[in-house]
Amino acid sequence: MQKENVFEIENLNLHYGAFQALIDVGIIIPRQRITALIGPSGCGKSTFIRTLNRMNDLIPSCRVEGKVMFDGEDIYDKACDVIALRKKVGMVFQRPNPFPKTVYENVVYGPKIHGEKNKDRLDEIVERTLKEVALWDEVKNRLNKSALGLSGGQQQRLCIARALAVGPEVVLMDEPTSALDPIATLKIEELMSGLCENYTIVIVTHNMQQAARISDFTAFFLNGVIVETDTTEKIFANPANTKTEEYITGRFG
Amino acid sequence: MARPILEAELKDIGEGVIAMGALVESTISTAIRTLKERDPDAARALIIEDERIDDMEDEINELCLRFLATQQPVAGDLRYVISIMKIIRDLERIGDHCEDIAKYTLRFEKEECFKELIDIQRMADMASRMVKNAIDAFVHRDLRLARKVWKADEEVDEIFRDLHDELLEFAEKDSKNAKQCIMLLFIAAHLERIADYATNICEEAVFVMEGAIEME
Repeated sequence: MQKENVFEIENLNLHYGAFQALIDVGIIIPRQRITALIGPSGCGKSTFIRTLNRMNDLIPSCRVEGKVMFDGEDIYDKACDVIALRKKVGMVFQRPNPFPKTVYENVVYGPKIHGEKNKDRLDEIVERTLKEVALWDEVKNRLNKSALGLSGGQQQRLCIARALAVGPEVVLMDEPTSALDPIATLKIEELMSGLCENYTIVIVTHNMQQAARISDFTAFFLNGVIVETDTTEKIFANPANTKTEEYITGRFG
Repeated sequence: MARPILEAELKDIGEGVIAMGALVESTISTAIRTLKERDPDAARALIIEDERIDDMEDEINELCLRFLATQQPVAGDLRYVISIMKIIRDLERIGDHCEDIAKYTLRFEKEECFKELIDIQRMADMASRMVKNAIDAFVHRDLRLARKVWKADEEVDEIFRDLHDELLEFAEKDSKNAKQCIMLLFIAAHLERIADYATNICEEAVFVMEGAIEME
């Protein structure tokens, strides 16, 4: 049976050289829910989200201590297979970053790397994931055209489809709509509500209303520390911590 | 980073509520004075004055709507504005009760009252003070004062029950008092409702402070 919480994080400390970016972070990420991470720039929320699929491994000066349990296993354990981890924990970035390839090739890129060669199965993945991100009807007649010809919002949905194509459990989103217009933003938000029937979503956002609209749980980061984490309703209606209240009401600083 | 526009709009809304509260509070006293003094002109003036209370409600409502639409408040700011929208409705209803009391004054005009209006005066004084304290509790986020209003409401209810029994007795004893008894009973009932509205305002004060309405 699957555990109720996808991630359970305890005493997470992260240093970039002499600078400590995360201090004693502890949080659980419930399965098939949307968890929003909010906080001012430089507070550690992007650093934190990157610890969840070990993206920080790429930074040489980065040092991580503590427990990051994913489906009951510590992903910072030496035995952890990072490639397998990133297959289960996908990521979508702030700016849409499709490969300079066709729409089709973008989606099948991951599955192919993971060894899928069967054309029918790849076709099936393309159709299913593009439908999951509500892009199928818009691109089904141009699957073999360059992805760079799509609009910004379409590109971002394609990037989400690309992340879904390898069958992840979790999708990490680092400010996925900050480069999009309000209509494209709404489409992504609606999409996320649907996706959490099958996936767990962790989103970093600077848009308070977005966190309030779409997430089930919200964590407020400040100076590398989680100040408060609770249901989104509680955080935005009646936060327990004064610092949280100051931040979400815009009186921060 | 402060939010000067948000703060300024909140201040305007808050000041509007204080002004409306002060007007409503004095209207309660005026209503009972017109009754005791059988002053039909003052009663008519009060009925006209009630329109000002209605206008104030509309104006503050407008400010709150604009604030919600343009500032998108959350947490304490959101609770504050939502509470104010309820409070001004309560204040407006109190104004209506005063207007009804003034209308009874007009019906009493020529008649001598068969009894002195001691309890009614007490109820009116208490209700008026409760409204003032309730607004103060809300504005100054004073939980202790809010509790005091709650307690006072119990007292008003008690006076009302006793007065109710007393007036029934008068009516039974001498049927020519019946008409006045009924009118006084209605007036007392209006005052009792006004006191209830004051406790509603206190509930809002607690809601703004604590995010939940709980009062022992």
